[in-house]
Amino acid sequence: MISRRRFVAAGSGLLLAGCDRLNRSPEFRATLRSAERLTMKVQRLVSPRDALAREYSEADLSPVFRSNGTAMPGTDEYARHLKEGFANWRLTVDGLVARPLSISLETLRTIPHRVQITRHDCVEGWSAIGKWHGLELARILDAAGLSTRARYIVFHCADRFGDKPYYESIDLIDAFHPQTILAWGMNGHLLTVPHGAPLRLRVERQLGYKQAKYVQRIEAVDSIARIHGGKGGYWEDNVDYEWYAGI
Amino acid sequence: MVDPAVIEEPAKAESRPSRPARRIAYRHRVPTRLWHWLNAITVFVMLMSGLMIFNAHPHLYWGQYGANFDHPWLSFHGRPVPGWATIPSTYNLAAARRWHLGFAWLLVLPLVLFLITSLINRHAQRDLKPTRDEVRLAHIWHDIREHARLRFPTGDAALRYNILQKVSYLTVIFVLLPLMVLTGLAMSPSMDAAWPWLLDIFGGRQSARSIHFICAMALLAFIVVHLLMVVLAGPINEIGSMITGRFRVPPERTGE
Repeated sequence: MISRRRFVAAGSGLLLAGCDRLNRSPEFRATLRSAERLTMKVQRLVSPRDALAREYSEADLSPVFRSNGTAMPGTDEYARHLKEGFANWRLTVDGLVARPLSISLETLRTIPHRVQITRHDCVEGWSAIGKWHGLELARILDAAGLSTRARYIVFHCADRFGDKPYYESIDLIDAFHPQTILAWGMNGHLLTVPHGAPLRLRVERQLGYKQAKYVQRIEAVDSIARIHGGKGGYWEDNVDYEWYAGI
Repeated sequence: MVDPAVIEEPAKAESRPSRPARRIAYRHRVPTRLWHWLNAITVFVMLMSGLMIFNAHPHLYWGQYGANFDHPWLSFHGRPVPGWATIPSTYNLAAARRWHLGFAWLLVLPLVLFLITSLINRHAQRDLKPTRDEVRLAHIWHDIREHARLRFPTGDAALRYNILQKVSYLTVIFVLLPLMVLTGLAMSPSMDAAWPWLLDIFGGRQSARSIHFICAMALLAFIVVHLLMVVLAGPINEIGSMITGRFRVPPERTGE
């Protein structure tokens, strides 16, 4: 009996060690990673291009919408902006565009905006429903005159995670989706600092870590390979989260 | 599953004359065997990587939303699932998601294939559908008592699934596994946009997540009982028949 128990324990130990070893193998990781592309392709295949994320009613709002990630960008520059009430915060739009832009927050807020009550799904598993006020990203990209060579839109943020800058990227299907907005308000108020003041991305068909906060600069690129770690985002570069966070 | 071709092997000359002939039956076809062993790997990877993902936020809710300030119906402190039960064995949400969402394809595609072919070739109707006689309460109660006394079917009866097996296998194949897949998809923000009915049938993403967890635990319970039954019914013959397809039929009990 003891030997059998020992046998089972040794067996499960071997199994786990085997899984951990596989997990460290670059070839195996590459195989697992190929599933991300498959998932994205199939999800895109069954999704109408402009399929809308569910919009909820006021009654569905989370009583408390928790924040996650950076709660306060610790830079001197951000502290100055916060003190000034973001009066001098500008959004830069550059890269593969015909007309690079630098837009003040005040101007952004005068552009007709969308209000959407949507669900925020964290990669960890929790969900919160919030109301977002902001302008469609498509309007900004159209105003800047996106080049036909552009494939991705990169969002550079004011916060740093450890010693690395936070950034995220999406492709043009999500960039021109009607619910993809640059939000400056939440639940009827201006954005608070933990939720990304003064400007954050909402890309409603993807998980929380794609919803870049403290957005300062939007860059249109033909490839994400040359940006920071080359995988298209802070979490993608540093922790190996999927670039496609649709699931 | 059960092939009518039963191979009769004559008793060896030196064996005692009272010993009945060894009957070998062809019990499992190739697709069933392949699917079984693929699932044996896939389901464990899904369970263990899923438990790692659960460790990232070990709280379950009902409804559309649910996070730290809301009311969970099940909640644990810290990272409740120990390393020996998770993939990888140390906390790593990103890697667990890679395993989970990669192996999900190995679970989903063969499942769909099996569901369709088993209905078309009538394996499900012929071997899994309970007969009218079997669903009588007296019959079910009799089978439960026989199982509890560890008296398993012998002879021809051992070549058919009994009612407890039929109900378990039908539940796993046609209820639990499809529910796992659908609740898994309902947690995907992209799929919720493409197929909004996913949210409606489960009553919200957090409800879907709870049902996903409950079904996973039900599958785990099935696996435990399944393995126990294999051990009690004779592991060499049972496992061997799932590898080669050939099953040594336990002789009829006599004089009892």
